[in-house]
Order: sequence, then structure tokens, then C-alpha cells
Amino acid sequence: MTATDSNEAVLQYAVRLGDDALVLGHRLSEWCSNGPFLEEDLALTNVALDYIGRARMFYSYAAELSGDGRSEDSFAYLRDCREFTNLLLHELPRGDFAFTMARQYLVDEYALAFMQALLESEDERLAGIAAKAVKESKYHLRRSRDWMLRLGDGTAESHCRLQTAVDDLWGYTPELFELDALETSLVAAGVAVDSAALRPDWEAAVRATLEEATIELPQADWSVRGGRQGIHTESLGHMLSDLQFMQRAYPGLEW
Amino acid sequence: MTVDNRIPALPAEEYARRQRRVESAVPELWDLLDEVKDPEIPVISLWELGVLQEIEQRDETVVVTITPTYSGCPAMSVMEEDVVAALHAAGHDQVRVETRLSPAWSTTWMTDAAQEKLRAWGIAPPGCGSADVAAVIRCPRCGSEDLRKLSEFGSTACKALYQCNSCAEPFDYFKPI
Ligand SMILES: [Zn+2]
Repeated sequence: MTATDSNEAVLQYAVRLGDDALVLGHRLSEWCSNGPFLEEDLALTNVALDYIGRARMFYSYAAELSGDGRSEDSFAYLRDCREFTNLLLHELPRGDFAFTMARQYLVDEYALAFMQALLESEDERLAGIAAKAVKESKYHLRRSRDWMLRLGDGTAESHCRLQTAVDDLWGYTPELFELDALETSLVAAGVAVDSAALRPDWEAAVRATLEEATIELPQADWSVRGGRQGIHTESLGHMLSDLQFMQRAYPGLEW
Repeated sequence: MTVDNRIPALPAEEYARRQRRVESAVPELWDLLDEVKDPEIPVISLWELGVLQEIEQRDETVVVTITPTYSGCPAMSVMEEDVVAALHAAGHDQVRVETRLSPAWSTTWMTDAAQEKLRAWGIAPPGCGSADVAAVIRCPRCGSEDLRKLSEFGSTACKALYQCNSCAEPFDYFKPI
């Protein structure tokens, strides 16, 4: 890769990671004042803040790499669906509380391992962001794993809802471990995380948690992918119409 | 008389931060910014919290470097504004605040004195724990270790919510990270 190509590749990679964080952070923020009880409302919105903060760090870095005057807001507010490159799991509607926590748990197991690997990145800025994210994700995972056990091994109702959620989410998880040409080249350059290599440990951890939560491991014969190429579920557009409302109504608005 | 023979364990990056203050060419600015407190916890300063990393005079501009506590902490922008306001009030017109992510902020940078200030304010301090291994938590009101966790996240991302089983006090616990 030439220096310019490599710069553009890192920019795109940072945007991908920013998109993952922003989209999930927004989904979590939708629980604000809708949480099942006060403490849980606080927890959901605090995790949302961590993710939105993570998005800002990745977008700011991408903006600096662009060198063309783009800002973090350009990435968050001035792109449409097809330009978003988040993994689909992050954008799925929040569903019920069981769905939100099951998704969070699957993401937390992944995010913690991913960020621990990103600590080793040759790119100092990405490694710096990862160092903050790792610490936060440890707390996220502790909480979401605890909820898996409470819901799975709780009442018949909570068990049923959690099993349904895990079944519905399962087909979106293979995408977490797939690399395209961009990421493969960045892995070779020591910049990106080889997410495919994270899969065995992730599966083992998830399997152990599901077993303890008395939830059956889904035998999904379907899987969905496309987020990194801008192919999204219907729900992302609806989310962006909400997330980007102010910029669409008042273009160029600044706080 | 008991002699405290414990050797304080200080992370290398925190030692370096304290050395930057000791060796600073502008010690009066560090003293000045001791007046800037955490907007959420007005008993400890940005210095004591570990957020304040460096102060330099570059030509006419005072450059202050801070490190964020949590990625999305909304208090960070307030801290920036407070730093700028304090320097402006002291006659420093040109001020720039820069953010540095590395080394990632840690509660182990807080001094024992700062931890005691937290406790007196009603917040259980983080102690010497980390995100992996928590230190002993005590009720900031009665000192009891008989507690129950109400929520992994309290009023802000940096705190968890606990209640004391001995005196019934509900309190925030500043999580070690
Ligand atoms: Zn007590």
C-alpha cells in the first residue's frame, strides 16, 4: 500500500468501528426513561454514553486522517444508510429488555476481546482508544452476563423471552468474525484486529454463559451479513431519521 | 506510635505525571488550576482526579492537556470550560485545552488524601482496585463492609450504586478502573 492508500484504509477502518459504537450507543440511549426500573435506566444510559464516546473518538480520528475539513459530526450526521458500515448486530431495534441484554452480552464478549486485541495495533491512536474501551467493556460485560443468568434462570416468562432473543440474534453473529479485503490488508499491516481469530474463544465463552443461564445454543441455519459493505436492515434508516433529525431539519447546525 | 511502613505503589505513568508538575516551568499555573474541581464531585480537583496531565506555556498560549475519565463522560466538556475560565480570570487570554487518550485514565492515580475526600463527601473511594479486581468496599458513612450492590452503574458511568446493610445508607461507589 502507498502512504495515501494506507491512510484511507485506516480512515475507513476507524469509521467502521465508530459506526458500530454510534449505532449501538443510540439503540441503548432509546431506553432513557423507558428502563424497567430506575437503576437499570441509569445503567443502560451510562453504557450508551460509553459507546457514544467511543464513536466520537473513532470519528475524530477519521476526521483528522481525512484532512479535508470533515469533523466527527460529518460522519455521524451527514451520511445516509448505505454509507454506514456497522456490523448489523448493532443496529437491530432494541426489542424488549431481554433482547437488548442478549444483544449487549453477545456484543460485550466480542467487544472486550476485540479491544484487547486492538491494544496491540501498530496504530497508536487506535491502541489508545482501545485502552479506554477495554476498561469500560469489562464493566459492561459483567453486567450483561449477570442479566443473562438472571433472565435465563429466572421466571418462565423471562426464560422464554431470553431464549427467543438469542435465537433471533444468532444469525447476525457470524458477521462479527468475517474480514473483507480492507480488513485483511490492515491485519497484515498490524493495524486491524484479526476478528476471525477471536471466534473460538468467543464461542466458548458464550456457550458457557448460555449453559449456565439454561438457554439452549441456537442451531441457526441462517445468517445475515452486509453491514461492512453498507447493506443494512430496514431498521437502520428509521434509526438515522431519528438520530440525524436535527441536521436534516437545520443543515449545518452547531451547538 | 505506629509507623506506616507500606510502600505506596504508584503506576509509572502517574509517577511521570507528578514529576511533570514538580519540574514544571510554570508551577503557579498548576497551583491556579488546583482551584478547578470535578463538576460532579466538587471536593476533588482535576489534578487530584488525575485528569490534569500537563500545563505548558508555548509562546503566548497556555496549553493544558487533559485525559478523559470515561469515553462518553459529559463532564469532560465542562472541565475544559472551567479550565479555560480559571486561566482567563487570572489574565491568561490565550488558552488551548488538548485531550490525550494515552495513558488511559486510571483511578489508581488518585492519592490517599483525594480518596479520603471522596469518602467524606459520601462516595466510597475506588481504593487500589482495578476493573478486574475490586478492592474492599466500605460504607462511607459507617465503615461497614456488609453491603449490597443496587446497580453496576450509578449517577454517572464512573460510579456504581450500593446500599449499606448496617446503617441503610445508599451511596455511590467510585469504581476502580
Ligand atoms: Zn453504613
